[in-house]
Formats: sequence, C-alpha cells, structure tokens
Amino acid sequence: MSIQQNVEHEPEADATPALLPPRRSGRGRLTLRRFARNRLALVGIGILVLLFLFAYVGPLVDKWGYNDHDFTAFLDGPSGSHWFGTDQAGTDIFALTTRGLQKSLIIGLLVGLITTTLAATLGAVAGYFGRWIDRVVMWIVDMLLVLPSFLIIAVLSPTFAKSSWLILVVLLALFSWMITARIVRSMTLTLKDREFVKAAKYMGVSDMRIIFRHILPSMASLLIIDGTIQVSLAVIGESSLSYFGFGIQPPDVSLGTVIADGTSYATTYQWLFWFPAGFLVLFGLAIAFIGDGLRDAYDPNSSNAKAQAKAIKEKGKSKDGESDEAAGQRVGSTEVLSQA
Amino acid sequence: MLRRLANYLILVIVATSLAYFLAALSLNPRSNFEAQKPRPTNAQIDATLKTYNLDPETPVVVRYARWVDGIAHGNLGKDIKGGSVADDFARKVGVSIRLLVIATLIGSIGGVLVGAYGAIKQYRFFDRWTTLASFFLLAMPVFVVAIALQMFAVNINESAGSTLIQYTGEYNPTLSGFWPVMLSRLQHLILPTITLTLFQIAQYSRYQRNTMLDVLGSDFLRTARAKGLRRRTALMKHGLRTAILPIVPLLVYNIVLLFTGATFTETIFGWHGMGEWLVLSITTNDVNAVAAVSLFTAAVVLVAGLLSDLIYSALDPRVRFS
Repeated sequence: MSIQQNVEHEPEADATPALLPPRRSGRGRLTLRRFARNRLALVGIGILVLLFLFAYVGPLVDKWGYNDHDFTAFLDGPSGSHWFGTDQAGTDIFALTTRGLQKSLIIGLLVGLITTTLAATLGAVAGYFGRWIDRVVMWIVDMLLVLPSFLIIAVLSPTFAKSSWLILVVLLALFSWMITARIVRSMTLTLKDREFVKAAKYMGVSDMRIIFRHILPSMASLLIIDGTIQVSLAVIGESSLSYFGFGIQPPDVSLGTVIADGTSYATTYQWLFWFPAGFLVLFGLAIAFIGDGLRDAYDPNSSNAKAQAKAIKEKGKSKDGESDEAAGQRVGSTEVLSQA
Repeated sequence: MLRRLANYLILVIVATSLAYFLAALSLNPRSNFEAQKPRPTNAQIDATLKTYNLDPETPVVVRYARWVDGIAHGNLGKDIKGGSVADDFARKVGVSIRLLVIATLIGSIGGVLVGAYGAIKQYRFFDRWTTLASFFLLAMPVFVVAIALQMFAVNINESAGSTLIQYTGEYNPTLSGFWPVMLSRLQHLILPTITLTLFQIAQYSRYQRNTMLDVLGSDFLRTARAKGLRRRTALMKHGLRTAILPIVPLLVYNIVLLFTGATFTETIFGWHGMGEWLVLSITTNDVNAVAAVSLFTAAVVLVAGLLSDLIYSALDPRVRFS
C-alpha cells in the first residue's frame, strides 16, 4: 500500500530461489536494502527518532515543569516564555505535550512488544501441541474477542487509579493479542509438518525449543509487521481511553488527557488542541509508514511488486487464507480499541 | 451451524456475566447519592440502593441472580436516577440509528467506490492522494478528527456570521413545526456524519483497493476483455462484482458493530446514543446501565458475526458452513 512506486527492478529478489529458504544474513540484508529504498519508511523512522528526542530533550530545555502553574499567564497564546502557550490553570502546554508524548511513546512500544510476544507464544503453542491446549487457547481467543474491551478497561479504571500506569499497559496488551495469535496458530499448523521441524523433532530437540528456535523465527516478518500495527493501535487505544479519563490518571498526563483537558476551550484557544493532537498524529503516521515499509520490504509481492508482476498470479490457498485473516485482523482491531 | 450458534451464545452469556460482575464489584453507585444535595441519610441511601438491586451488602452472586431473573422477565432494572433502563435503552438505540444510517450508507458506498477507483488508477494522482489521506485518518484517534472538525465549523460560522453548522446535540428543542425541526436536525447531523463517514471510507477503501487489485490481475477479467467487452463493462460486471464479495461480510460486521462503537462521535457532538451511554454509565457508576450496555454489545457482536457468515455463504457458493 505504499504511495511511492519502486521503479527499479529488483534483480536480487528474482535471483533468490523461491523454494529454497535463503541464507538468513542474505535475506536480512536484502530486506534492509529494500526498506532503505522506501523513502516513506525512512521518513517514518526519522519522525520517530525526532519525536523521541523531542519528548526527552524538550523538558530539559523548557524551564516549566508539567506540574507548574504560571499564575501570570492563563490561556496565553504561544510566546517566548511559553512556546506552546498555557492552559486555563497556567500550565505550560510545551511541558504537558512532551510529558504526554513520553507516556504515549512508552505505552505504545511496550504494548506492541507485549502483545506480539503474547500472540506469538500462545498461537504457536496452540498450533504446535494441538488437542486440548489448542481448544482452550482458541476458546479464550473467542471469548476475549466478544468481551467489550473498552467497557471492561473503563470499568476497571477506578480500581487502578491509584496504582501505576503499567496496569494499563497490561490491560491493553491483554485485549489485543487474539487475532495475531490466530494467524500464528494457522501458520504453525502448516510449519509443523515441514521437514526442518520434523528433523529437529527426531533429533530430540525439546518442544519449547522447536517453537522458539525453529517455528517462530520462520514467521519473524509477520511478527515484526504485526508489532508495528499493534503499536499504533495501542497509541490510539491509550489516548482514546485517556480522553474519557479511563486511561492515564492524573496527576500523570498522556497526550489523550492533555487533549481532553483542552477540549472545552479548544474552539477559542486553539493551541490547547493543535500542539498535543499534532504530535499524536505524527507518532501514528510514523508508525504507519514504518509498518508499511517493512511489509513491502519483507514481502515484495504485497503491493509494490504487484503492479510490476500482475501477470504472476500464483496465489496458493494458504496465501489467500492469510490475506483473509489479515483483513479480519483489521476488523478485530478496530472493534477492540478504536471506537469511532 | 447450530453448534456454532450455541457456542456464540455461551460466549455472549460468559461475556455479559463477567461484565456484570466487574461492574458490580468495581463501580460505586453510592457516590451518586452521597453527592446529592440535600444529602440523603445513610439509611435512605441503603434503602434506595436495595430497591435498585445495587446494595453492596448483598452478595454479588445474589444481585447477579436477581438481574438475570429480571432479564428473563424482560426487565433490565432501574438506572441510577430511578428510571427504567429498558426505556433509556429504547430511546438511545433510536438516537444511534438516526445518527448512523446516513453515515453508514455514504461511508460504505463511498469506501467501495474510492477503493475500486484507486485500484483501477493504481499509482496515479487519485490513488496516491486517497491512500495518503486514509493513512492519515487511520493514524488518528477519532476524537482528534471530531474536535478538529468542530473547530473548523466554528471558523465557518464566524466567517458566515451565523451558525450554519451546529456541533452539539441532535436538534434545537425550542423549535417547532416540521421544516424548522428538520433543518435543525440536518444542521446538527453534518459534522458527526462527516466524522463517521471519513473513517469508514478510509477503512473500507483500503480493503476494496486490495481486493480490486487482486481481481484486476485475474485471468477471467482478461477473458472478459478478450471476448470483446468494453473496459468499463468488464470492470463493472466482472471486476467490481467479484471484488466486492469479500468486502461485504466485513462491511456488515463493521456496520452492525458501529451501533455501540460511535462512542467518540456521540460524546463529542452531544448525541445521547448507545456509544455515549457506554461512557456515561461508567462515569456515573450506573451498574445496571453498564450491564445493559454490555449485554447489548455482546448481542451485537453475535448478530454481526452470524450475519456476516450467512451473507458470505449466500454470496459465495464455495463457502460452506462448517
């Protein structure tokens, strides 16, 4: 789905034999090169790095803390002493934004990491062992999908108001691993019968080792791409919950709470909205670009190459199943966290 | 089929029960009455809580049993102000439907068209800009877009010198007569509809573009052209029809889910529908309302799942129910 077109032909991609698994280093370098060629993805990385710098260096430069009140400046516009203006309590918006961005960045990345780990482990275990383990895991998946996650996190929010924001991270992760786990499971089912897994098994390698050293690395690309999707979903989910006061609790702030606090004044004092919202959107976009670049780099058939090789239409059954699942994933994700 | 239905039903029951227990245990309905002025005596509060089946002294299992018993008799209990939850429910579902119908129609048709056209014109001007725009939208939380639209509307109103676009509520209750009320309703409908529509178009056009791209490279489309069909006819009759197939169940699923999913749009634009109720019932510690909303949500998920399965198998004869 990249905007930009890869005009150059890729001889490396064609030279790689389709059936033989290529050497890992070679594949990794190839992916890296393709990724580096995708300008949008590089822009994404650039934005992300800048955001981190801004979030962590910004507060050092600014003389106001996010808990300070400037009683000489209420609802002041951007100026020399308050770069992003102040809110109704005289708090510096620059300080609030950087602080909120720190939280959003950390929560997004943590949730993405935990979700993908959880999904990979549970999905692979369910697919590999089968039988009752499979049934139990899949039943949990179904149930968590039916549960209204937004409602449950919101209901629980008063109980974790006094404790740390890490609980929010755990809850967000708990409600977003299911669909990826399903995809991992179905991929594990096909990988299970491949020679290299069987060989490892007959050599006496333990089950868990097979899962973590042989099966999961074979789907690393899927997991990495999914990780980036999860990060952006987590950011949206966290800020949405925080907007209603169900997420990050005061005195701590996240971009969601900063925007929510400014809402009632936003139509007249526009800096209360544009600065935090702008950074939130930048973060989301950066992640989206990176994810897109990664997908194109790992799977040349996904979109860019499609235009070049429309003629090559050899989509096997498994591939079709995959894209269906991927579609389902988006559905599920939107259902889970981003309520329109 | 029956087994699948039974499985869905069990999931709905488990999900709703869990939501009830969580709400009953972690929300504090008493705080509502303690904040009232004049503050009722403790005995009065206890008595009221008891009649509403919210008494924290009663074991939660007993309260749950009473609640289930009530549902079996079509009674969803009382909300925190003493009104009937069932009445609130009917009113709020109505509001949500009035808000969603137009947005959903424009959103799904627009999404399909934008996606399909983008695929036909892949990497051209239109495709690039719609792709970029939907990237942008999907990277944003809904409330950012909604508030930005509100600010935009304020600017328009100021430059026009009168309130052309209303941004809170469903209609102006002081008006009377058919046409003024209709006009007021329309003015209030513009912004939330734009919000919902934008997101739906962004989302659906992505899927539609992908499936359409798959179809465009297919043999049967080449055959259709080869037998002499004009490009437009081939694309519409053979291309788009096939490419819509996998989208339809997804559309149905999402549309049905939107019933409780318009939380932000409803809250920010002040429509008192199901989505807003979800948030409101939690912030007001209204246990019975929370339970009703979660029951409705679970039921909606069940209906959405079944409906999209059914439609998929009806449209695509290769799919069989397992």
